[in-house]
Amino acid sequence: MTKVSVATVWLDGCSGCHMSLIDMDERLIDLADQIDVVYSPLVDRKEYPDWVDVALVEGAVSSTEDFEKIKKIRAHTGILVALGDCAVAANVPAMRNPFKVEDVMARGYFETAAIQHQVPCEVVPGLLPVVRPIHEVVKVDVFVQGCPPSADTIHYVITELLAGRAPVLYDRTRPGA
Amino acid sequence: MMTYDELTDAAAEEIARQQGYHQCVRVCMAAGCLSQHHDAIKLALEQAVKDQGRAGEVQIKGVGCMGLCAAGPLVMVEPEGVLYERVSPEDASEIIAVLGSEPVQRLVCPTDVPFFERQVKIVLENSGVIDPESIEEYIAAGGYEGLNRALTELSPNEVIAELVRSGLRGRGGAGYPTGLKWSTVAKAISDTKYVVCNGDEGDPGAFMDRSVLESDPHRIIEGMAIAGYAVGANRGFIYVRAEYPLAIERLKLALRHAKRNALLGNNILGTGFDFNLEIRLGAGAYVCGEETALMASIEGKRGMPRPRPPYPADHGLWGAPTLVNNVETFASIAPILRRGGDWYASIGSETSKGTKVFALAGQIRNTGLIEVPMGITLTEIVHEIGGGTPNGRQVKAVQTGGPTGGCIPEAYFDTPVDYESLAKLGSIMGSGGMIVMDDSSSMVEVARYFMEFCMTESCGKCIPCRVGTAQMYRLLDKFSQGRATTADLDLLEQLCDLTLNASLCGLGQSAPNPVLSTLRYFRDEYLARLLPAEPALAPAPDSPAA
Amino acid sequence: MATRSRIKTLKINGRDVSAHEDETILDVAMEHGVFIPTLCQIEGLTISGACRLCLVEVAGWRRLVPACATHVEEGMEINTDTERLRNYRRMIIELLFSEGNHVCAVCVSNGNCELQALAQRLGMDHVRFTNLQPVRLVDMTHDRFVLDRNRCILCLRCVRVCDEIEGAHTWDVKGRGSEARVVSDLATPWGDSATCTSCGKCVNVCPVGALVKKGRAIGEMVKRQDFLPYLSNMREVKK
Repeated sequence: MTKVSVATVWLDGCSGCHMSLIDMDERLIDLADQIDVVYSPLVDRKEYPDWVDVALVEGAVSSTEDFEKIKKIRAHTGILVALGDCAVAANVPAMRNPFKVEDVMARGYFETAAIQHQVPCEVVPGLLPVVRPIHEVVKVDVFVQGCPPSADTIHYVITELLAGRAPVLYDRTRPGA
Repeated sequence: MMTYDELTDAAAEEIARQQGYHQCVRVCMAAGCLSQHHDAIKLALEQAVKDQGRAGEVQIKGVGCMGLCAAGPLVMVEPEGVLYERVSPEDASEIIAVLGSEPVQRLVCPTDVPFFERQVKIVLENSGVIDPESIEEYIAAGGYEGLNRALTELSPNEVIAELVRSGLRGRGGAGYPTGLKWSTVAKAISDTKYVVCNGDEGDPGAFMDRSVLESDPHRIIEGMAIAGYAVGANRGFIYVRAEYPLAIERLKLALRHAKRNALLGNNILGTGFDFNLEIRLGAGAYVCGEETALMASIEGKRGMPRPRPPYPADHGLWGAPTLVNNVETFASIAPILRRGGDWYASIGSETSKGTKVFALAGQIRNTGLIEVPMGITLTEIVHEIGGGTPNGRQVKAVQTGGPTGGCIPEAYFDTPVDYESLAKLGSIMGSGGMIVMDDSSSMVEVARYFMEFCMTESCGKCIPCRVGTAQMYRLLDKFSQGRATTADLDLLEQLCDLTLNASLCGLGQSAPNPVLSTLRYFRDEYLARLLPAEPALAPAPDSPAA
Repeated sequence: MATRSRIKTLKINGRDVSAHEDETILDVAMEHGVFIPTLCQIEGLTISGACRLCLVEVAGWRRLVPACATHVEEGMEINTDTERLRNYRRMIIELLFSEGNHVCAVCVSNGNCELQALAQRLGMDHVRFTNLQPVRLVDMTHDRFVLDRNRCILCLRCVRVCDEIEGAHTWDVKGRGSEARVVSDLATPWGDSATCTSCGKCVNVCPVGALVKKGRAIGEMVKRQDFLPYLSNMREVKK
């Protein structure tokens, strides 16, 4: 039996959703029979594969890198899952939206910094003017709310997708859950 | 105490005095012409009369709106019936000098054109004819005859029956039968009842009510007093927007004159009927044209609508039964009482009787105010009376009914103008604004403009209107910038549906009309602004459910 | 209290029910365990009819009617749960989320919020509308309470409870449309208010985390609303 290829992606989020993913504990071992994690902050692969069946994406689209990444992921993925409130609604990262990027940078790198007053300009990607949830950039197939969604919820989503069903989530999770 | 006969005698004296003059030069003193320094023209004409020694023979009279605002400032010479257009103070001495001989040809505005010949004036019968600041002239023109007839010859029920026979429907927009509304308030049992005139005319480009209030204020007072008698109310309020200072000033003067002549106050015309009127000023919120918001505003509260029922006829101002009608409706009452409901019903179409005043604006030659019989076609209004576009371009559409009305394309211009036909086309009669657009207009921009208006004028009480209009505006903005997707089009249509069906008051319920009507008739303009579709995604090699 | 009330018979979702003529559709639905979502309505305050979540269909009626503000009528056939109503309700909740800065994850009312609970119950899995990113100010000037307008949904329960129950009328609304904001007195800081009695009723009736007690951490703010029906009933009895 061919395994289903799965990617997990970390955009602008706190990695809490990935922690929750790992919180599936021993259930991960059962899942390993059916899925292949081909791309993830947890595995050593730098380039997104040509094709991934399911991508679980944590985090909002905040930087130019996030933007390019999610476009690429969408083009090479079957089912794109927005995992957690940042991916679904931009959540905490979007709380900077009422402010200008320059003001946010000034606050972060000058006003509140004790040493090294400078804005990083190399290597670190630039911020977009507005932080967006994923579905405002590319099409999303499954929305999983929660900050973070519980390990049970994530397990349910993966097993339902493996069974070829669309997960029904409103009685399992909610924004801020 | 004056009787009606004494009043008409006094008015007759005034008329006799005026007839002592050989000529009368009528000068428009309504806001449209005044904004072009028409007061200076009146002064110049008076000076010219004095200078040329014709003080005893020529009367200079300030009157209300003559209708053809595009050609203003306007001056009319009687009894010759010569109309001068685009008059400036420098023309005054020339106009006076040629009185009684050949008119000043370069200023003459032809009056044997459809703009004048196709109109039927009932509401505007005195506009541009009488001096709005003279109660004698109003009475001499048959004013307060309707009130006198109602008070001395008819019972309240007979007044209502006359109104029912006339077939008059509310001119504020919805077209609710006026007779039915009056009889509902009349039937309500209460010691206190109120009559309210809605003069909160807020539609961009609409100035029907302002013009009536400025040109013929007594007509409103008379209509409201008749209403008070018919429904059993002794107190009334005229709610006028504060942006109409001239209308307010003339209304105040008219109220003083009416009181002094026993046409308002206690024991009107010696009949024992009491009716007192007060003016209330609106502070500029569009939503206060909605009757429940208007009443909240009169009560001194924030102008926000509330759910109906209960309707004002049952639970209105301070909880008492209240009759709310718009300026034009009240302006139609006196002629109906004077000349009978059957006469009124003989004008107009099957379902919509009488006449309607429209404010023509936009890309049209004869910008101004017209009064036409119901059932007239849009072609007649736009092309014949309105004279088509000023630049000869093709007419594209006309928006009827103000910012929440729909845009009707030229292909449907043979439609008769009445409440039902306009609704069928996805628009509304509204209060009577008509904005003509030529083929250079982008319908997406038109929809966006009116949505911006509704968004900023939403009171903020109910969610579909408050946030729905803001989100629709955002989406229309995306179309305007060519950044919209098919998903945006779908969302826009869903929001239209929600706002139309779920909003609390008429503002939200009609806010989607400009979008819906332009989507219906000019959908290709929306489609042309969509982003190119994303390339189709490659299908998955294997379904995840392996 | 009326000494005699007529009885009406009607149908809710196909079920025969009877009701007093002075009852609303919402009263009867609640009595029979039929769920109709509400947000601006709260027992003990006047009906506002603003949130439009409780709209229901009545057979033969052209328009949808708010269940909270519509009295029962003989022979009414009411539908409270159709595909169309479910869509409208979900969209209304989405609009509310799109209008403010509702970040449940960092809200003191997380887990005790009526908006959040309705979003879940009505099946909102994401917001399709772009966030409007309004600039809304927080008022921290009161000794014991906070007003965070970012989370305000303009249900105006605070305005009504302050006016109708406490009699202070400290709260009112300023601005129109999306610019509408709840303000204390004449848009002056809450802490400087001469009319506020610091009774805390507004805090307790607020369905979200807009009016809260100071010093609460995420998810710690629990509201108590049981005082309201008691107070308004006592007032009725005294009359």
